[in-house]
Amino acid sequence: MIAQQLLNGLFLGAVYALFAVGYTLVFGVLDILNLAHAAIFTAAAFAAFSLALAGWPLPLAFLAGAVLAGLIGILLDRVAFAPLRARNAGTLVPLISSIGVAIIIGAILRGIYGVDEKHFTTGGLDTAPAIHLGPVTFTTVELAIFFSAIALMLGLSYVLRSTTLGRRIRAVAEDRVAAALLGVDLERTIAATFFIASGLGGAAGVLTGLEYNSVTLDMGGPIELKGLAVIILGGMGSVTGAVVGGFILGAVETLAIAYGLSPWRDAIVFGVMFVLLVARPTGLFGKRALRQA
Amino acid sequence: MTTLADFYAKHSRLIDQIGVNALLALSLSVSLQAGQLALAQAAFAGIAAYVSAILAMNAHWPLLATIVVAMLVASAVAAVLAYPVRRLRGVFLAIATIGFGEIVRVFANNLKITGGAEGLSGIPNDATTPVIYGSLAVVAIALFFLSRTKFALAVALVREDEYAARGVGIDVGAIRTLSLALGGAIAGLAGALYAHASFFLTPGDFGFARMEQILVWCVVGGVTSPLGAVLGAALLSILPEAIRFLADYREISNGIILLAVILFAPGGLASLWRRGVVRVRS
Amino acid sequence: MLTLENIGVRYGGVDALRDVSLSVEPNRVLGLIGPNGAGKTTLINATTGLAPLASGTIALDGKRIDGLPPHRIARAGIARTYQNIRLFGALDVRANLAAGAFPRPGRPTTAELTALLARAGIVHVDLTAQANSLAYGDQRRLEIGRALAAAPAVIMLDEPAAGMNPSETTRLVDTIRAIAAAGIAVLLIEHDMTLVRAACDSVVVLSFGEVIARGTPSEVARDPIVVEAYLGTGAEALA
Repeated sequence: MIAQQLLNGLFLGAVYALFAVGYTLVFGVLDILNLAHAAIFTAAAFAAFSLALAGWPLPLAFLAGAVLAGLIGILLDRVAFAPLRARNAGTLVPLISSIGVAIIIGAILRGIYGVDEKHFTTGGLDTAPAIHLGPVTFTTVELAIFFSAIALMLGLSYVLRSTTLGRRIRAVAEDRVAAALLGVDLERTIAATFFIASGLGGAAGVLTGLEYNSVTLDMGGPIELKGLAVIILGGMGSVTGAVVGGFILGAVETLAIAYGLSPWRDAIVFGVMFVLLVARPTGLFGKRALRQA
Repeated sequence: MTTLADFYAKHSRLIDQIGVNALLALSLSVSLQAGQLALAQAAFAGIAAYVSAILAMNAHWPLLATIVVAMLVASAVAAVLAYPVRRLRGVFLAIATIGFGEIVRVFANNLKITGGAEGLSGIPNDATTPVIYGSLAVVAIALFFLSRTKFALAVALVREDEYAARGVGIDVGAIRTLSLALGGAIAGLAGALYAHASFFLTPGDFGFARMEQILVWCVVGGVTSPLGAVLGAALLSILPEAIRFLADYREISNGIILLAVILFAPGGLASLWRRGVVRVRS
Repeated sequence: MLTLENIGVRYGGVDALRDVSLSVEPNRVLGLIGPNGAGKTTLINATTGLAPLASGTIALDGKRIDGLPPHRIARAGIARTYQNIRLFGALDVRANLAAGAFPRPGRPTTAELTALLARAGIVHVDLTAQANSLAYGDQRRLEIGRALAAAPAVIMLDEPAAGMNPSETTRLVDTIRAIAAAGIAVLLIEHDMTLVRAACDSVVVLSFGEVIARGTPSEVARDPIVVEAYLGTGAEALA
């Protein structure tokens, strides 16, 4: 019973982590809380849904959705953040302009798809028999989701640690001015950061669509706010922290269900986040001082 | 005269909403003026909406009494919330207060007295248009007089430079708490009126989506201008209705206006107005 | 009279100030000099409640003020200026002066504000001008005006001549002497020894957080220990 719940938590947590990694990456590099991240998550899910409906193989639709999300991310930066960066508008104004982009993306999706829920065709994956392994049971879809999320996060880890682009991203996160002086092309590095962050967020959106077998306009709502809890738990700007935080959230939520606390689980999650912010604002892994004087 | 009556009959719901929205925008504007991006005004309004609806439905209190109590409760909650978040600034204050708002929503969703996820229905529908606009007028006049006091000066100083404000003898913590409590009271008024103007009340009415809306109204109007906040709320409440021909795309206008204001008129509509006045005079 | 007795301030295990005692008296200007990093600004921060004391006491007219929060200390009658100007830049001159007067009951009249501008030596400045649109020297003087607006018992000036040209600095001496003559106790942190000699009645020299000399400006300038302390940081500063 508990083993099954923990496994469910692992599946849920993988998607939370994938979403939060992109959320926190933008914060780590630019100090911006990007409230359009959830809208891009939703846009990618709808795009993949349309492509799957048009007969594209599922993996291809998944990739296309993620790439589209990445491109929207670059556009988001050019429209809503780059002009503010140029005039040093601080960190709160970009938060608000990201809401503007989220509204626009939401309105476009609503215009195209209407307000009704859409059922994701998983191309026969959902009819595959469930897998029994000792005390636990899971579906092929869940397994595919889990490994896709893990593969993407390992990919991100590799890019950040072992490639020139990753070194540039980390340099910009550390000190933008110094990075520019060392010859890092700021705007290109930031564009790449947005492509990666939004692409991962979009991938999380497609996977969420597959997980629930449906896509809806408001599917980004809950994860937008829970994502905040995850990145606070992990320490804002810490990618490792976001991954761990995502899995912790998944476990807490499924355990809350197991212990009959299901209706209160969001209060637990946000209560922990609130207490953590007030008492230990650097999170579990964050090093930067989050409180400003 | 009949055309005016027709117009009102056709749009009375929207007109009432604009009044309530203007109050919500004012409640956020008050705490933004002290430089705090505290995003819990929707939650304060929600708490007040439930308090006033429950008092009216279960205890049969008259409207005015439920409004007063709801405002006091919302204001007290805001003042208490100010304490644990006193050291948080910027994005972190925003996130903590968003978290508080979500906790409030979960409670509304699960408590028996709030009617759970179904919410409440059958709230006496006695917040008429004159009541709503009378309340708005009272708040506007009160804020106008407040703007000429030393409290308003202290609020502006805390916004501009907290450190230097301490240096001239201002108790920054007290100013932040007071401005949040004042915003809480105004949000409480808005919430109570909302409940009594709409018959139904559900937990989602004052969730994060509403909070985002309120923030957008304030930014479009001008963050440090109460008049701007009211204008922003009115404009963005009317606009999606005025462009109904765009069908499901119509919310796009609010996103575009928000972006345009941030990029081209960072002080909001209020600053455009001021700039215009200066240009005309000179 | 402001009295600091044996105060110590520690930052991360390092003594920023150790066993410093001094007093600032009404009608007098006390100069506080010393090489960079000697702890001069720390002393102002400790007095105004921004840096916690590790030891010692601070009293204003016999009443202890150490341990009070910064706004209470300001209200008790201690005003200051900042090494890096901290005006309320987006607000106008009037609001900046009114900010200084915040601890006093009521609100200053336009006549009072104009008088403050005169005492600060910027009578040409418009009350409706935005603070950060003023010339640099005028901003420094507006900060002095803001401090005066509180009608304080003590004013602490943190390098008020920084960035001023020689003729502006000369005028500043008159401004500072006039402030003291009005019965206010003045503490002046300054690098420019010409200004210190002209403006100060007495001088305390800090080095590495400790008082190494005190006396009249000319006594201190001749003190071999002081000259030693300034070597390497440019002994010509004492010339």
